[in-house]
Amino acid sequence: MEESSLLPPVVLVHRPPALDFIDEHLSRHSFTALYTHTSLEDSLQDFLSSHAASVRAVVSLGRLPIPAEFISNLPSLEIVVCASVGFDHVDLDECRRRGVVITNAGDAYGEDVADLAVGLLISVIRRIAAVDRYVRSGQWTRLWDYPLGFKLNRKKVGIVGLGSIGSLVAKRLEPFGCIISYNSRNPKPDVPYAYYSNILSLAADNDFLILCCSLTDETHHIVNREVMETLGKNGVIINIGRGGLIDEKEMVKCLVNGVIWGVGLDVFENEPEVPEELFGLENVVLSPHAAGMTAESLNNISEVAIANLKAFFADQPLMFTVQLD
Amino acid sequence: MESIGVLMMCPMNSYLENELQKRFNLLRYWTSPEKSVFLETHRNSIRAVVGNAFVGADAQLINDLPKLEIVSSFSVGLDKIDLGICKDKGIRVTNTPDVLTEDVADLAIGLILALLRRLCECDRYVRSGKWKQGDFKLTTKFSGKSVGIIGLGRIGTAIAKRAEAFSCPINYYSRTVKPDVAYKYYPTVVDLAKNSDILVVACPLSDETRHIVNRQVMDALGPKSVLINIGRGPHVDEQELVKALTEGRLGGAALDVFEKEPHVPEELFGLENVVLLPHVGSGTVETRNAMADLVVGNLEAHFSGKSLLTPVV
Repeated sequence: MEESSLLPPVVLVHRPPALDFIDEHLSRHSFTALYTHTSLEDSLQDFLSSHAASVRAVVSLGRLPIPAEFISNLPSLEIVVCASVGFDHVDLDECRRRGVVITNAGDAYGEDVADLAVGLLISVIRRIAAVDRYVRSGQWTRLWDYPLGFKLNRKKVGIVGLGSIGSLVAKRLEPFGCIISYNSRNPKPDVPYAYYSNILSLAADNDFLILCCSLTDETHHIVNREVMETLGKNGVIINIGRGGLIDEKEMVKCLVNGVIWGVGLDVFENEPEVPEELFGLENVVLSPHAAGMTAESLNNISEVAIANLKAFFADQPLMFTVQLD
Repeated sequence: MESIGVLMMCPMNSYLENELQKRFNLLRYWTSPEKSVFLETHRNSIRAVVGNAFVGADAQLINDLPKLEIVSSFSVGLDKIDLGICKDKGIRVTNTPDVLTEDVADLAIGLILALLRRLCECDRYVRSGKWKQGDFKLTTKFSGKSVGIIGLGRIGTAIAKRAEAFSCPINYYSRTVKPDVAYKYYPTVVDLAKNSDILVVACPLSDETRHIVNRQVMDALGPKSVLINIGRGPHVDEQELVKALTEGRLGGAALDVFEKEPHVPEELFGLENVVLLPHVGSGTVETRNAMADLVVGNLEAHFSGKSLLTPVV
């Protein structure tokens, strides 16, 4: 090992300026952190070239893209520690080519995401956001005057992607009397829910879909017009995965034309842009990618990232490495 | 049975109205401008009253209807019916238990999530375009928080079962300890409030439970805990609640019911730590239809001499 391993290890942090929850954890654990967003005068390229020759580890927050050019400016890069479950913002081909390891947040904030999925589902079918608006606007003057919602008990809920988050969602919905089934690349052993090998048959047999899978080339626009038509006019889709899982333009048309009933979305194709046609719809609940945004989750995310950084610099085994093949 | 007068107290459900109209002589109380004249005219033909959570059958109405045999409520709550007088006069009373348990429990959890995770705020934030200027702030985690339930009846139990799936420890208060229940019992509502992050009102409204959530209870909850009311408005001292919220002494409140519906204290409209719903606990198409079927079923049973489906008195 080189002598530089005796100095506090250098970590390059690539994050939006406002998203600073990890900084204190990094300094508390004796990492020397360089921040790409402090390169206000230089371009990112110049910053990287002058500071980053020996950087072995990058911490990625807030889904700021890490494209091939970024990676190529870090000749010593060996690991990208993502402070999120999603890693679709990292150029996976370049990482694969360079042998760069990627770790993600694993199950650090799964509970909060699952909670939000359930919250969005109930809010959509029981019209919670819409009726709260109705009451606050002073319009409630006649009793029992608002359109009714729909029952959750005995409804069929199809989960797309039964990973750690999908499983947490399923567990939460069980006591509501929902009948759970799922679609995944492969059936999961020892799981009490019915398996569907493709999303179209899942949509055909279910009332509601909850999207919990990661965004890959295969899952891009996995919810397309055909899936929505199959789900039907009483169908509801909840998306807490990635915006790219749904063909957003088609989804807007399907909502406006009553092809499906409603949606609850925490993610969008081009955040923070949200199709304005959704703003006028009552059967829609919109959330600003907030599923993991609680103090507990940010703390857990930081702990996982720090643990992986420590393990990396000590040549110890890592947690939650992402399979790139 | 077409000659049997059934007095419906207020608009509550068009499916119910149609089904009653098909079978009985349905009299719509709210359509007459002169209520006392209306009752005078029809008093001898009205043999049944159909009420709900807002208007039932009080002592005055019962005394004005000498031929009244049955009150069938389109609700599970009976606080709008003078049960004492019904018992004395041998008037039967029915309600709609069980069919609405799940919907009310679902809504209770929906309210907890909407409140703690600021779902209504988030929705407004996106719709107003503010997300383009910056991320929303941090909200409060639900999973693992302690839930204290006032009243462990059908609805309270259903809420507990759902909250358990979120790994919430469950506490409760009720008049007596429930044997064979794995949840932690507290002998007073103040103790329950002290030891719970989320306090849910799920008991029936009676003289004993009026204002069961008072200033003391709200102080015991404090600025880090929240109140969820899916019971009846009068369970909570509403004036004290408004003060506690506007003064920051209570962490938040999600309310489906109010003391004088449809009136909601306007001081609450601007608060981001409240969720306000217009009494929609049982408000799904499926459940209101099931409730309607029970009302009609009970009346049909009574007038054909069969056993009532869901008698209370």
